[in-house]
Amino acid sequence: MKYRILHKTRYDYEVDVSLSQHIAHLRPPSNARQRCTEFRLTTKPATALKADHEDYFGNPTTFFSIQGDHRRLEVTARSVVEVMPLELPNREQTPPWEIVRDRCRSEKTGPAADAGDFTFESPMIPHLPGLLNYGAPSFPPGRPILTCAGDLTERIFQDFKFDPKATTVATPMERVMKRRRGVCQDFAHFQIGCFRSLGIPARYVSGYLETSPPPGVARLIGADASHAWVQIFVPDLGWVDIDPTNNVFPNDRHVLVACGRDFDDVSPIRGVMVGGQEHTLSVSVDVAPLTPGKPAKPRADPSPSGPLA
Amino acid sequence: MISETATSSLLKGYRPTPGAYDEMVHSSGSPRESWVGLIQALDRMGPEELDARQESVNRIIQENGVTYNIYGDTQGSGRPWELGLMPLVIPINEWRSIEAGLIQRTRLLNLILSDFYGPQRLLREAGLPRALLAANPNFLRPCFGIRPPEDLFVIMHAVDLARAPDGRWWVLSDRTQTPSGAGYALENRIVLSQVLPDEFREGHVERLAGFFRILRDTLQRLAPAARSQPKVVLLTPGPYNETYFEHVYLARYLGFPLVERDDLTVRDRRVFLKTLEGLQDVDVILRRVDDTYCDPLELRADSILGVPGLLESARAGNVAIANALGSGAVQTPAITAFLPSLAQWLLGEELLLPSVATWWCGQEAQLAYVRDHLRELVIKPAFTWTGAEPVFGGRLKARERRALYASIEKNPFAFVAQEEVALSTVPVLASQQLAPRPMVLRAFVCAGPSGCTVLPGGLTRVSTATDRLVVSMQSGGTSKDTWILADGPVNPLSLLKAAGGIVRLERAAADVPSRVADNLYWLGRYAERLEDTVRRLRCLTVRLVGEASGDNTPDLEALIRVLIRLDLIPSEFEDSLSGVEGVIHRLIFRKDHPGSIADIASRLGSLAFTMRDRLSSDTWRILNRLQSDLRPRSSRMAPGAALALLNTLILDLAAFAGMETENMTRGHGWRFLEIGRRLERATNGATLLQAGLAVEALGFSALDPILEMADSTITYRRRYFAQPQWLSVLDLVLSDDTNPRSLSFQLGALGQHAVNLPSTSPEGTQVQESLQIETLHNAVRAFNLEAALEAEFEHEDTQLSDQLAGWASDLRGLSDALARHYFTHADTRVS
Repeated sequence: MKYRILHKTRYDYEVDVSLSQHIAHLRPPSNARQRCTEFRLTTKPATALKADHEDYFGNPTTFFSIQGDHRRLEVTARSVVEVMPLELPNREQTPPWEIVRDRCRSEKTGPAADAGDFTFESPMIPHLPGLLNYGAPSFPPGRPILTCAGDLTERIFQDFKFDPKATTVATPMERVMKRRRGVCQDFAHFQIGCFRSLGIPARYVSGYLETSPPPGVARLIGADASHAWVQIFVPDLGWVDIDPTNNVFPNDRHVLVACGRDFDDVSPIRGVMVGGQEHTLSVSVDVAPLTPGKPAKPRADPSPSGPLA
Repeated sequence: MISETATSSLLKGYRPTPGAYDEMVHSSGSPRESWVGLIQALDRMGPEELDARQESVNRIIQENGVTYNIYGDTQGSGRPWELGLMPLVIPINEWRSIEAGLIQRTRLLNLILSDFYGPQRLLREAGLPRALLAANPNFLRPCFGIRPPEDLFVIMHAVDLARAPDGRWWVLSDRTQTPSGAGYALENRIVLSQVLPDEFREGHVERLAGFFRILRDTLQRLAPAARSQPKVVLLTPGPYNETYFEHVYLARYLGFPLVERDDLTVRDRRVFLKTLEGLQDVDVILRRVDDTYCDPLELRADSILGVPGLLESARAGNVAIANALGSGAVQTPAITAFLPSLAQWLLGEELLLPSVATWWCGQEAQLAYVRDHLRELVIKPAFTWTGAEPVFGGRLKARERRALYASIEKNPFAFVAQEEVALSTVPVLASQQLAPRPMVLRAFVCAGPSGCTVLPGGLTRVSTATDRLVVSMQSGGTSKDTWILADGPVNPLSLLKAAGGIVRLERAAADVPSRVADNLYWLGRYAERLEDTVRRLRCLTVRLVGEASGDNTPDLEALIRVLIRLDLIPSEFEDSLSGVEGVIHRLIFRKDHPGSIADIASRLGSLAFTMRDRLSSDTWRILNRLQSDLRPRSSRMAPGAALALLNTLILDLAAFAGMETENMTRGHGWRFLEIGRRLERATNGATLLQAGLAVEALGFSALDPILEMADSTITYRRRYFAQPQWLSVLDLVLSDDTNPRSLSFQLGALGQHAVNLPSTSPEGTQVQESLQIETLHNAVRAFNLEAALEAEFEHEDTQLSDQLAGWASDLRGLSDALARHYFTHADTRVS
């Protein structure tokens, strides 16, 4: 599938901002799964300076700054990304989860060793005892890793309620666990915590979902925000995507932008302003297919993206 | 020789601790060769003289204001540094081998950091556990890929050394984040070389100045762009940091401006210092702020100590930071166990200085060892330092040890275990006797493009008790100078007499940081506001004392209404004065009562504290006296006592103002202090008259109090010999250019200061504020008081009150304009 993506972020400040500096993770990378053929990042007012680098996790990263009094900042990222369809592996034929844990722990070099870095706690995902307690029932001895993962995803999907009012980007995980409510970021952080507590490398993915309405209704621009999901490492398969918010193994309807240990590593836009005091933030994302495809609403009807048993 | 020292009265009662190496004497009790000269000299002095010399040390430290802030110390302003008279003595030949080991260690840690933030071959090829980075909160991922100048991460490296019973030196720990102590070592030396000048000279003690010159040159050479005068600054977290004294001291000694986060700004990926003259390029930052706090944009977002954009500036190669951001990654005992093999792998050398035996619990075999030997080990956090004291396994009950192990097992990566170290002992002078105390030596290495240099000396820290196993300034303890004895005379050298350069004479200190100007401006405002509040309250108190008390004279009534109008006292006192003494007590002593004397004085004190390095010790003493005068002695106070106190405060404040006039050089700093005072006085005068007019539109009874509060009573009486009239009072307090308390006088003074302010526009045109002041001054002088008064009183026209309100608001606008122009640089553009 090929998508045209429009991601707009708007800051409205209470008083003038004279200088602001930002770090953005907005450019989708090209990799084995997807190809980014166009990308443009624009701001209003225009940037005084823009510089790109690659961060520790290999994500394209942009630093930009705005100088001169302004009350509003608009950041627009436009891209065209083609996502290749994926043949999902037969879950029952994946290795037992203990093998995954042990290889990532003991191998000294190679992809499994590298992935081992993602078993440690990170700033937004501390090691909480509740994570292991919740996760363990999905991991009986000898069960194939992706069967475990599917079961855990299903349970989280059933037990947690999607509720945009329940949390903010700064809500600590203890609270999410206690109230069992939140948005995609909270679902992802919680599931990553469960995986890591069992020694399975898991990382946070920030990206987009195809914006698609039910049949017969016009497509809404800006109906969606950016999305977040999870990847776990399976030796010989590599990183496997899992979307606990939608209870799916993502296929070609998820567009990856950046991955890291948690939200803090890959936040789409981070900024520090001089002045401004309080601000309101509005975000709109539009992901439109460039090639005609069968529209479906991922959360309500997960079937086309690889249903979970 | 032995026969000579056998008679030493100093050594007679000295009993080294069994099982520990003593630095001064052999186990037989006879002195080590390098100490003989010093012992003989001190013996000759005799016990009384030794006490007197120690007293001199204490006095110099007190006078120099050497302090060390202890966390959790409610006094806050730091406690005096402690320095013992007896130095630690190490002969040069022994030092040479320590030196070689230190230099190797600095090179090694730099290579490790360079690998961690780059190719990571140590993980991929040398078999270093990945968890050493993955679980390490001081490995800063945003710093990955940034190459510091010359590939040097650690420019300043500190190493804590201890000596084992067999006489070998061991490394206890490394400091690569923001190593402290070199400044204290230097201060110790300067003090001790004054107190023991002959012993110092004759002992051929290696000098420290050369090391600091190399450090200064090294920092300048790190400047990214070739510049004849690279700008180096020392970044401090501020006066509440434990080692703030050292930051001030080093900045002065090295000749670098001391800056806080608000002094710096990043534009176009370049770092600038905000000065009154505008923004100046910064090339190199010697930081004393932990790296995780250095940039809220990419590191800890909750940091209030950092400079947003600093990391990106380093990434762009526009600024050098020492130590480089991310250097804290190797400041962990977890890495020590790997150093011998890393030295082989990276340098092809044996590790020269051994580290104390360390087991990092993040590995299965090591964790098992720790479980089985917990009783003999010391447990420490692997990556964090703050607040965590080491736990000695042998001192725990079996149940506590099990609990300790359980917490280690839960997060093994966060813990290390180390062998208990027997520290060597040094003599300290106590009650005219020498006694052995455990010590740790902190040594310093400077790494530069052309190699490493070791400070020939160091900071020796001594435990307060014989059996204390932890030596740190944080947990109490004293310090010593460290003398490395050369074989022959050494070359004296000081930074103050710059070798190979001509000292540039500077009349007015250049580039006052904007934050300092801002603070001085507010110091002036608060000092004046305090004085004004004291006068207002004294005006009321004096009328409650003696003959007038209880007797509601018309001028007391008018005064009460003026004070209510000025929001100083609550409106219920308009009808009855009962309880007013309680209000006066509150207004003097209650810090939590906004606008009270205690409140303003405490703001004044906090501001002064942030500028300790710029205030004379006499000024500091006056401020201390002011604070102690304001300590409440009882919950009630008779009006007479309150009056006496208020009179004392007026004198304290006069002394403070006198210091300002007579002792400060006329630079921009002084100018802003004066501007603050004048602006505050002008504003207060205008609002006072406004309040007076509002309550006393027709009568005259407010005029006496107004004159008194405006400190113009005597002038008025001498001039008019009559009951005050509105016109003459207004003329004196508003328009009279010769009255130092009048509005017009303040504007004249402000105008003078404004024309001397630095011009930040490229054309060097007159500053905008100066024109604003001139306009205002002309308006005040040209104002027709007589006509306005007549209109106010006879036609109920509020022209005069409105005009006063308008001037007060112009003055506020002026204050904002100054802040915007000089303090925040909000308008500055860099192209």
